[in-house]
Amino acid sequence: MSQSVPSREVARRVFAREFNDAGYTFKESEDERAPVYLLLPTGERANRVFLVGTLTEKEDVGEDSEYWRGRIVDPTGTFFVYAGQYQPEAASALRDLEPPAYVAIVGKPRTFETDDGQINVSVRPESITTVDAATRDRWVVETAERTLDRVAAFDEEGNEYARMARERYDLSVDAYKQGAIEALQSLEETDELAAEA
Amino acid sequence: MTALRTHAEEIAEQFSDHLDVDADEVEERLDNLVNEYKVPVEEARRSVVNSYLDEAGLERDAIRGGGGGQAAKVADIDEDEQWVDITAKVVDLWEPRSDSISQVGLLGDESGTIKFVSFKTSELPELDEGSVYRLENVVTDEYQGRYSVKLNRTTTITELDEDIEVGDNAVTVEGALVDIQSGSGLIKRCPEEGCTRVLQNGRCSEHGSVEGEFDLRIKGVLDDGNEVREVIFNREMTEELTGVTLEEAKQRAMDALDTTIVADEMRETTLGRYYSVTGPTLGRYVLANEFEQLNGPTNAEEVLIKARSM
Repeated sequence: MSQSVPSREVARRVFAREFNDAGYTFKESEDERAPVYLLLPTGERANRVFLVGTLTEKEDVGEDSEYWRGRIVDPTGTFFVYAGQYQPEAASALRDLEPPAYVAIVGKPRTFETDDGQINVSVRPESITTVDAATRDRWVVETAERTLDRVAAFDEEGNEYARMARERYDLSVDAYKQGAIEALQSLEETDELAAEA
Repeated sequence: MTALRTHAEEIAEQFSDHLDVDADEVEERLDNLVNEYKVPVEEARRSVVNSYLDEAGLERDAIRGGGGGQAAKVADIDEDEQWVDITAKVVDLWEPRSDSISQVGLLGDESGTIKFVSFKTSELPELDEGSVYRLENVVTDEYQGRYSVKLNRTTTITELDEDIEVGDNAVTVEGALVDIQSGSGLIKRCPEEGCTRVLQNGRCSEHGSVEGEFDLRIKGVLDDGNEVREVIFNREMTEELTGVTLEEAKQRAMDALDTTIVADEMRETTLGRYYSVTGPTLGRYVLANEFEQLNGPTNAEEVLIKARSM
């Protein structure tokens, strides 16, 4: 009975630097409605992501209708989030939010090829909510852990998506391990500052 | 003690009523198969047991366990076709759906509950609901990832004069709340006795158009980045999670002339936060009996140490 229910896609945890380095998307079946996956450079497929960061800017970049772009910053870089008329809740959340604010976003990765052939990766949000600093810190630690898990499994035999990442990207996974370490250190530093204050 | 010695002693024990075998002899035969002929241990064990069965002129069913009847807790049963002994209370008896089944229902011990089936051909005495039994030599079965036990001709049933506090298979799941599904918030349930189905557009799928009763619930999705778990918060848990009571929710829906506003507001105050939820499982859902928002300080140091050692 539960077998017949299509399973919901897991929301991957990935830092902005790695997310923006990804550009390759693929499907695993011919079906028109089959999920589209973004291939993460550390060797995982992502049809959905969960991220928490600081909304630093928002802008209505739409021409005819509202189309909101938000910049969400994490310790490694910036996520770009776009929400328009087909994401009414997320669009209205972005309209109402006043940066800077900690926000949690569940969404789908989207890729877009620019005129000069560069591939931009962004998030199409399913939900945007404001959260507190503790939630944001927990996300940083969790995302570091998940990233390190992927890096550790990268050379394992039978790791299909790692093999795919090697074929598609000319990237070293060590940089993402380093990024995770720096993200964790940034938390420690703020803790120390808070302790001194 | 080596693994082979353990197997040998178990086999010797199984045949103690029928043959004059000692563990040393059994171990020697196992050792020969495993170490000389490179036979896998399970296969070696099977082979040795079979030869003793022949020697004693017995059927496989005649010895206890037929290959290792192990005392088991029902929540620990996670393999198909294992012979186990359990001590459990009959929690529930259901209507058999097939003529070949004599009894079907739910057995429970401290660790949780498991379905059991008893077939007419086994000619076993019937179990009474609420009584506790020691059931020796039952076989585990698996269907779509869910386990059950089958009573059979070789099963011995002993009624015990004791009671068991049956466990509820409670699990604890953690993750970010990434979705609140439709059918959440302020809902209406069918008022018919014993029904409680959630109404769709004022209709119950069983009783048609009815005057529903308001209730609160959340069907949510917890996601830890590796897997998703669906959780259900009942009215009490929903009120605690959102800080909105049923009366307040009704008032807000009335003011807005719209019931969906309740779920929308709940999304704003709960999505994207991390929670730990504990409760029994029902199908693919975890029914929240208690929960906790995870917003304490995190331990970055531990992960850093791990990262630096990679």
